[in-house]
Amino acid sequence: MDIRLIVEEVAASYGARDVFAEVSVELCAGETMVVSGQNGSGKSTFLRLLAGLQRADAGQITYLVGNEAFDPRDAGHLIGWVAPDLMLYRDLTARENLRFFAAVRRISLDDQAIDEVLARVGLAGRSDDRLAAYSSGMTQRMRYAYALIHQPPVLLLDEPTVTLDERGAEVVDTVIKAQRRHGIVVIATNDPRELRYGDLVLEFGGT
Amino acid sequence: MAGHSSTEQDPGLTLTTQQPVAQQRIVDLLQAAWAVFVKDLRIELRTRYAINAMVLFAACTAMMVSIGTTFIGLRRTEEALLIQASLLWIALLFAAISGLSRGFVHEEETRTLAALRLAAPALAVYLGKFLLNLALLALLGLITSLLFIVLVRVQVGSPLAFLGMLAAGGLSLATSTTILAAIITRASFKNALFAVLAFPLLVPPLIIAIQGTAATLAEGGWLPALPALQFLIAYSVAMFVASLLLFRFVWEA
Repeated sequence: MDIRLIVEEVAASYGARDVFAEVSVELCAGETMVVSGQNGSGKSTFLRLLAGLQRADAGQITYLVGNEAFDPRDAGHLIGWVAPDLMLYRDLTARENLRFFAAVRRISLDDQAIDEVLARVGLAGRSDDRLAAYSSGMTQRMRYAYALIHQPPVLLLDEPTVTLDERGAEVVDTVIKAQRRHGIVVIATNDPRELRYGDLVLEFGGT
Repeated sequence: MAGHSSTEQDPGLTLTTQQPVAQQRIVDLLQAAWAVFVKDLRIELRTRYAINAMVLFAACTAMMVSIGTTFIGLRRTEEALLIQASLLWIALLFAAISGLSRGFVHEEETRTLAALRLAAPALAVYLGKFLLNLALLALLGLITSLLFIVLVRVQVGSPLAFLGMLAAGGLSLATSTTILAAIITRASFKNALFAVLAFPLLVPPLIIAIQGTAATLAEGGWLPALPALQFLIAYSVAMFVASLLLFRFVWEA
């Protein structure tokens, strides 16, 4: 997909405290940006702005698909978001969660497709367990399943391997490499090993 | 992605019919709203957060009222009917408030709002939550009324008109409480805001519902309750339309 992410002089603050200001960057399909910085530097906030879950105090973020421009708040269909504060429905099974999110996204997703998505993130055989019974690592894998079901051209990963074991990290590696072939990846991380993914590294300052 | 199924080239991501775009969008919106409703109902049936609170509250109120005021149910004066109707709607209101906000509050407490916001159209979320509140209120209205009839010995003079009034009153409560719950969930000062918003939104339709219900407890048929019924339906429509217009701003705040 011909997609571009354009960030123009974006600023964010919490009350009187400025988190970051005048951030400008542009990404095209096939590019990966790593956002790094110490705790509290605004990496997660930046990703929330890109996901349209929070408003920027200044500046503008635009997704361009061909000639069509989307504000992040209207770009849910373009975005897959994985973050520690992304929670799914603990009282539903993995299959019910994915079926629900597919339904509200108006995607036709049969049981076989759900099984394939879950197998891809290493949750094969656990599709009918409630998420309440999942470990933190399995919950993180489930977040990937949620983020990938609609094949988004933009993948926003906040601390992508947090709570994951080695196999889980391999799953993330596979997902990022696959995404880079046709879309945009933005990774917010403190892990120096994940800097290798970045065609571009955006370094945020401290508090 | 393998396994997506549909009728066109890129399965899963394309529409399956040739309907006009606007019509298809409405169908998509309604189907997404239905998915939200089914999801919430499934969670509610598993956890019973709202149903337990509402039924418990309704049963306790009916029981307490029945202990001291059973004699009211036996009287057929205008004042006695008004008191019976007031007690019924007080029980309904507080039981409803104890449960109806759960739809949005539960999403906030379990931190699932972000996942929902990213995936679902705002209007679909509103409509799904509204449908659930309506279903819960219908159930609550029936249970509370039966409890009052049995325990408080309320006699319903015009049963059909009474049911109509319950439905119209329930509709106005559902429209008000759904948008109220959404606003409160997204607000920083929840308790203060709830008091400020709930009073003007809930009291007018409740006063009318009490007057209308009192009229249906007498044996006058539909006619005496008709003005109240008309008001409640008009109020519900106005509140519903206002909610549809406002909800996106509340949801994205």
